[in-house]
Amino acid sequence: MKHDRFDVIVIGGGHAGAEAAHAAARAGARTALVTMERAKIGVMSCNPAIGGLGKGHLVREIDAMGGIMGLAADRSGIQFRLLNRRKGPAVRGPRTQSDRALYKAAIQDLLAGQPNLSILEGEVADLIVEGGRAAGVRLADGSDIPAAAVVLTTGTFLRGVIHIGDRKMEGGRMGDRPSQRLAERLDALTLPLGRLKTGTPPRLRSSSIAWDGLELQPADDEPTLFSFLSRAPSVRQISCGITHTNEKTHEIITANLSRSAMYGGHIEGVGPRYCPSIEDKVVRFADKGSHQIFLEPEGLESDVVYPNGISTSLPEDVQADYVHSIAGLEQAEILQPGYAIEYDYVDPQALDASLELPALRGLFLAGQINGTTGYEEAAAQGLMAGLNAARQARGEGPVILGRSDAYIGVLIDDLVTRGVSEPYRMFTSRAEYRLTLRADNADQRLTALADGLGLIDERRRAAFGAKMERLEDGRAVLESMRFTPREVAETGIHVNQDGQRRNGMDLLAFPGVTPADLSPLIPALDDMDPDIREQLAIEALYKTYVDRQSRDVEALRRDENQAIPDAFAYGEIGGLSNELRGKLERIRPRTLAQAGRIDGMTPAALALILTRIRQDERRRA
Amino acid sequence: MQTIFALATARGKSGVAVLRISGPEAHDVARLLCGDLPGPGRFALRDLRDAAGEVLDEALVLRFDAPRSFTGEDTVELQTHGSLAVIRAVEAAIAATGLARLAEPGEFTRRALLNGNLDLAQVEGLSDLLAAETEGQRRQAQSLFSGAMRAFVEETRRDLLRAAALIEATIDFADEDVPVDVSPEVGALIAGVIASIDGQLGGFAGADRLRTGFEVAIVGPPNAGKSTLLNRIAGRDIAITSEIAGTTRDILEVRVDLDGLPVTFLDMAGLRESEDRLEQIGVARARERAERADLRILLQDGAAGGDPFDPGLAVELTYRTKSDLTGEGVSGLTGEGVDRILSDVSARLGERVSDGTIASHERHRHAMAAARRSLGLAERAFAEGQGAEIIAYHLRDGLAALDSLIGRVDVEAVLGEIFAQFCIGK
Repeated sequence: MKHDRFDVIVIGGGHAGAEAAHAAARAGARTALVTMERAKIGVMSCNPAIGGLGKGHLVREIDAMGGIMGLAADRSGIQFRLLNRRKGPAVRGPRTQSDRALYKAAIQDLLAGQPNLSILEGEVADLIVEGGRAAGVRLADGSDIPAAAVVLTTGTFLRGVIHIGDRKMEGGRMGDRPSQRLAERLDALTLPLGRLKTGTPPRLRSSSIAWDGLELQPADDEPTLFSFLSRAPSVRQISCGITHTNEKTHEIITANLSRSAMYGGHIEGVGPRYCPSIEDKVVRFADKGSHQIFLEPEGLESDVVYPNGISTSLPEDVQADYVHSIAGLEQAEILQPGYAIEYDYVDPQALDASLELPALRGLFLAGQINGTTGYEEAAAQGLMAGLNAARQARGEGPVILGRSDAYIGVLIDDLVTRGVSEPYRMFTSRAEYRLTLRADNADQRLTALADGLGLIDERRRAAFGAKMERLEDGRAVLESMRFTPREVAETGIHVNQDGQRRNGMDLLAFPGVTPADLSPLIPALDDMDPDIREQLAIEALYKTYVDRQSRDVEALRRDENQAIPDAFAYGEIGGLSNELRGKLERIRPRTLAQAGRIDGMTPAALALILTRIRQDERRRA
Repeated sequence: MQTIFALATARGKSGVAVLRISGPEAHDVARLLCGDLPGPGRFALRDLRDAAGEVLDEALVLRFDAPRSFTGEDTVELQTHGSLAVIRAVEAAIAATGLARLAEPGEFTRRALLNGNLDLAQVEGLSDLLAAETEGQRRQAQSLFSGAMRAFVEETRRDLLRAAALIEATIDFADEDVPVDVSPEVGALIAGVIASIDGQLGGFAGADRLRTGFEVAIVGPPNAGKSTLLNRIAGRDIAITSEIAGTTRDILEVRVDLDGLPVTFLDMAGLRESEDRLEQIGVARARERAERADLRILLQDGAAGGDPFDPGLAVELTYRTKSDLTGEGVSGLTGEGVDRILSDVSARLGERVSDGTIASHERHRHAMAAARRSLGLAERAFAEGQGAEIIAYHLRDGLAALDSLIGRVDVEAVLGEIFAQFCIGK
């Protein structure tokens, strides 16, 4: 049997797949999302939270480009908290606990409402390859779905193995089957693969926890949402509980280390340093007498609690023992034991910057299969892979965001240039242009660009346009009014009596000066919308740094503009070490700047490459 | 990459001459001349023959395999007899193989740099070492060549990395078990690095002079005995001396090794008002040059009566001359007191050279000054209570500037430091 032909097929209904399918459809491609179980689209398989530091930035950017993660998080958020609220605005990260059921429902609802998008249920058994290109998928029932481009977002399903103590079973997630046949197909491409692991904690029954004695962490009084379109939370806000491990807990874990899958030698994959299992914490930080645990309710109606901080691969009886040693959890009932999962990932250095696989044109990879962790990282890749698959299907060139444009650009550049050695997670410190790439200005950075790509709907276009207008007006007011040092000093703001007149933006840039301090001088500030006032204050705060960073960006652009030809012969450059030559040939950087970011690159080697490019150019001229 | 060769020793008659061949075909080239090569890192005695089979010389053949050679490439060194004819014949035989070309000046070192066997500062050190004339210069160059700059950068970098990691941990892991108030440690780390850099910048002028040479101006009234002193220091007649005031018009230089310091003494026109156009120009030049010199010695004419001469510029050392006539002071003619002058000069200049200073090139000063500026801004942002992200921004700039001395910065290094220090992960 043969299905209708699509422009783009997305395999997988996780966070990368959902965002990829939605983006491809928005970009004008006839899109099909193929998943084993329709009801599982948008499932949060790990902890029930969206956002955080660096991750919140990614969600804002996805939203600014018309994506769905931010909207779904806002509809399902039950504990909005802005992290780093007391630090500078550039490093504040929106985060929320989400109600699992509401999140999933929101994603499914948003996908259902998207024109151009079909959802098909079935197991993808193989890719159809024609003329060396991916040309669709073959389902396990033998039917074919032809398509111009395919996006593969199968997460941890490549040779996924679940470990609980010395027990192990095959599967990509608890209760799911691994996709062995697809894995064999990828094997045939002889892609470079690596092995990673990640862990989950035991899930607890909420009603069996003694909440009364525990410290509670409430939601923010003034919630900060994800989407630029949202105004307020959709549902009731709750608190999380906080408890701690203790000496007794650590004793139990230490005594049973040999029974842990990880320490018993059953696992070879590399785990993330920033999300260690409780075994790891106890071993590596032996001097620490206690570790923090957040008890995160999985939903408003749910009786399940996710104890964040004690992921493990110990056997079930040990899990029960150590959980019961913890304050508040003495009687806790374990609904599902914690487990570690090992899986293969494709070395993302095998991808190009559009997330397409040069080894099989027409096939794009996104999400955990590329070695990342986290819903947000997956969704960000999904957005770009879906967009670029759609553009390819329509005969258009790829869209590549730079490191100075967006965290999404940082993420993808890191992946394809440097690869991963542990599950990759976003941090704000990965962004060189952190002061410019803020969560608050993601729309200013990306919405107009996304609109030009056809990704933005009428409602968002109108909201964005109106906001830009109000910002422009506010900026004009602040810049047009100038004051002498004497006038400024009279309002109680400390300023050098240097005779220099300063405008409203200059004054807002002073450390500690708020818009409220300026209202005696600029009464119009009181009439401005609070969000616009806030935005202008942030702009003023970083103005000098943004100017400096934009000079850095100029320098970067020069190197970004120096393209390295596709067929560039690194083998003919003498003086390159074998190791560097191997990396360059594998990664095939597009530009000199990208080459400069390859691990182990030296200025001398860059000079050699540039010299060679120039020589080749002269020879051709 | 082509294989290159060159004579590594000075051309001329000598006991031994060394020819160096480096590049992918260095071993093949050598085999064509001498047959079998010794094992890697070993040497052997071999006959060198040209293509016709004629023996050119008997030579010691040393074999190095990449990357364990000076250049990091396959290398062979031929130690032949130091005869002009032998050298020419061996060079011709190497060129005749068609596998190697004559190296450009500095090409072996450039390859060592490209292959990462030397860092940029080491290349500078090597070039200083080859140019060193005095013991002080040799010691300074040797320290740079042996990697002192890398050691300095690595040490300061370690502290800055730790400071950056502490700051970044409070930013990126705000909701984790990390220390909340890192300011005392960060403040101390930044202050420590600033002190190290200030030490280097403070010693730069002295180190730069040690490398390029100090200048000591001999100033005084006409006919005070300046040229006589210069001749005495030189140990030969360089300057024309006479009783006629205003004999010296041009500036004369004598370069000497003063306790390991390279010092150039400058003899110049006596500083006086003059009607003579030529002498006027001489006086103006003398004054300008004396002001630029590292040290000024004022000679007072011991035989002239009246008030002491006022040179109109600051001087560090003053002596009365013509002790041969007056019985007191110094005399260039007899040499009395000249040792004292030299040891005074040596002591004064020696004070300016501090042993620990590695920054001796303008490039070093430039990078360190840039790092100092960024760290100063970080310190200020810190004192003013500005955001952690601003402090981090300046720290990152400072790290990049320091790294430019030898290498590059990397965010993975900061993250690695964080994960090594703190238990991250809820």
